[in-house]
Amino acid sequence: MKTHILSVLVENQAGVLARVSSLFSRRGYNIEALSVGPTENPEISRITIAVNVEGHALDQVIQQLDKLVNVIDIIELPASSSHQVELILVRVEVGSAANLEQIHALLKKYGADVVETTSSSITIQQTAHPSDIEALLRELTPFGILELTQSGVVAMGRRIDA
Amino acid sequence: MAEEMTGAQSLIRSLEHVGVDVMFGIPGGAILPAYDPIYDSKIRHILVRHEQGAGHAATGYAQVTGRVGTCIATSGPGATNLVTPIADAQMDSVPMVAITGQVPSSSIGTDAFQEADIRGITMPITKHNYLVTRAIDIPRAVAQAYHIAASGRPGTVLVDVAKDALQEKVQFQWPKEIDLPGYRDHSQPVSQAIKDAAALIAQSVRPVLYVGGGVIKANGSKELLALAELIGAPVVTTLMARGAFPDSHQLHVGMPGMHGTVAAVTSLQKADLLITLGARFDDRVTGKLSTFAPNAKVIHADIDPAEIGKNRHADVPVVGDVRLTMAQLLPALKAEFAKSQPDLTAWWKQVDGWRTTYPVGYDMPNDGSLSPQYVIERLGKISDPDTIYTAGVGQHQMWASQFISYEKPRTWLNSGGLGTMGYAVPAAMGAKVGAPDTTVWAIDGDGCFQMTNQELVTCAINNIPIKVALINNESLGMVRQWQTLFYNQRYSNTDLHSKRVPDFAKLADAMGCVGLRCERPEDVDKTIEAAMAINDQPVVVDFNVFRDAMVWPMVAAGTSNDDIMIARELAPDWDSQEL
Repeated sequence: MKTHILSVLVENQAGVLARVSSLFSRRGYNIEALSVGPTENPEISRITIAVNVEGHALDQVIQQLDKLVNVIDIIELPASSSHQVELILVRVEVGSAANLEQIHALLKKYGADVVETTSSSITIQQTAHPSDIEALLRELTPFGILELTQSGVVAMGRRIDA
Repeated sequence: MAEEMTGAQSLIRSLEHVGVDVMFGIPGGAILPAYDPIYDSKIRHILVRHEQGAGHAATGYAQVTGRVGTCIATSGPGATNLVTPIADAQMDSVPMVAITGQVPSSSIGTDAFQEADIRGITMPITKHNYLVTRAIDIPRAVAQAYHIAASGRPGTVLVDVAKDALQEKVQFQWPKEIDLPGYRDHSQPVSQAIKDAAALIAQSVRPVLYVGGGVIKANGSKELLALAELIGAPVVTTLMARGAFPDSHQLHVGMPGMHGTVAAVTSLQKADLLITLGARFDDRVTGKLSTFAPNAKVIHADIDPAEIGKNRHADVPVVGDVRLTMAQLLPALKAEFAKSQPDLTAWWKQVDGWRTTYPVGYDMPNDGSLSPQYVIERLGKISDPDTIYTAGVGQHQMWASQFISYEKPRTWLNSGGLGTMGYAVPAAMGAKVGAPDTTVWAIDGDGCFQMTNQELVTCAINNIPIKVALINNESLGMVRQWQTLFYNQRYSNTDLHSKRVPDFAKLADAMGCVGLRCERPEDVDKTIEAAMAINDQPVVVDFNVFRDAMVWPMVAAGTSNDDIMIARELAPDWDSQEL
């Protein structure tokens, strides 16, 4: 099983997200992450879906999605040719001054920002490629993650000058 | 020029615009504004007795006419009663539009009286659906709904209209065009796919035409006949395709699937090529999928790209209208055959062996009681080939598909995909409305009949003289058959006692129909003839039949088609033949 990123352009209408999620639920496709937002065209929204399926099943997901009347276009964005970004807010326990120093070193390494500090915790914001997010979280885990909120991935195809 | 009217008037005007001539429904609070203009409309509204009947009637109408069927109901329970026929029609790709009233838009989401989120409920069982909360949006929703229901792979569309949108005043304006940026037309097949298909057929020595309901939907029977005769291959017609190809034709080897003929099932198993036309490799056809047609390459022609490769890999996918596909395949294939045409003699020798050794048959009961298969067989023999048959779901449905010879498309209506008990009577009503000059027989079981028979009242009152052949074995017969075969004859809750209660002839009489009863084989023909002679009233014939009759052949659920049984614990004697 492999994660595929689908960028789905839909008509900006009530109920469209329900149609898409209902389809995934009905057909038994597993959504890893999903994010919805506006595009440059106010009549069109973009749903970015990370779905974990085999190659043959991916084709089925795309064909079934394409049958939804409000779905305008579906593009698979391979990791090699797209920009993929995820956002997290993570609150980490600060047990000691030594820990705080180590956390700050990590933040510097990953280029993450601090949005809040208290005597017992530090809250970090990071926007990065999903694999970098995963690495950062792995390194923060030993300190004690108190709270985590994570967006789904958003993505866009790369463009290169001809 | 724009004309001022209420949303309700605009709704009915829109239905007239798309050519609706009949609809089946029941009024209620939220849809009430729409019923006022119906009173003046040229659209015939048939007041049914249960919304489920409205939905199946619209389906029956659509199946015989090829046009979009329409049903209409109020909010809440009216709408939820439509859920079964909506799912049924969608599964069988029947073009149908359901119009429902909704509580006023200001009340939506408040759990108001008779509120149900029918758009949300029907999302997974419709091709598309709408919730309309402004009068100005009604004509566009109706125009789009009928376009979506009828085009591509047909299906069901629901239009839910809030009561205040029906009451609001609006300038009526019919949309100039249908703007659906995400709705693609896949009707035109790609020419390379046609060439590839022709090349593959020209190499095949054991081909089978696997014909599904899509051929009927696409009105492709003429092209199918030409294609089959050109290739000279065996043709199998699925439960949804019965009548797409004449049963009496020499190339026709029967229905495939769980209760298909040995010849149809086995020719698919032994084929080197499946020429799949508007069929979807349903589990009831394939049996255990991994063992289905193991040596066959697959040409899969379907208008729905999502069907390609869904269950079975297609070596040559041909996305397009199946009638156009066949029409274009004919010249391409003639060109291939001009170079070389494979000799199918050896293949036919095998297929004919299965066909002659294992015809579909049945045993007469030893106790002199009436054989259900005999009743259905006689009905088919006595009726003329234009007769339209509907069936419920279960043993009687399978026998009706096995023992009646279907010669024309749109003469066999049943609930194939969803398997909806209670389909036959209301579907027959809709079929008779769509084809008033044709005899319509509902072949129904006593279980099914007791789910929806109240529509006979609708038929009696509205001069819709359908005929019902009630195959009364006082059981949920197919379930009982499975209990016999797989549950040690422990008949848990399948005995309906319906030879005792109700008295179906009296019930028919009470509903304004003629009720007849037949209990002996020698009375079958004259009872059918008596029913045939009545054309001004619905007729119900209660055929009291042998309750232990079973449907054979049978491929047990989840097993391989290779394990087809021709009777209880009796497999075909493969060794005796040159296989």
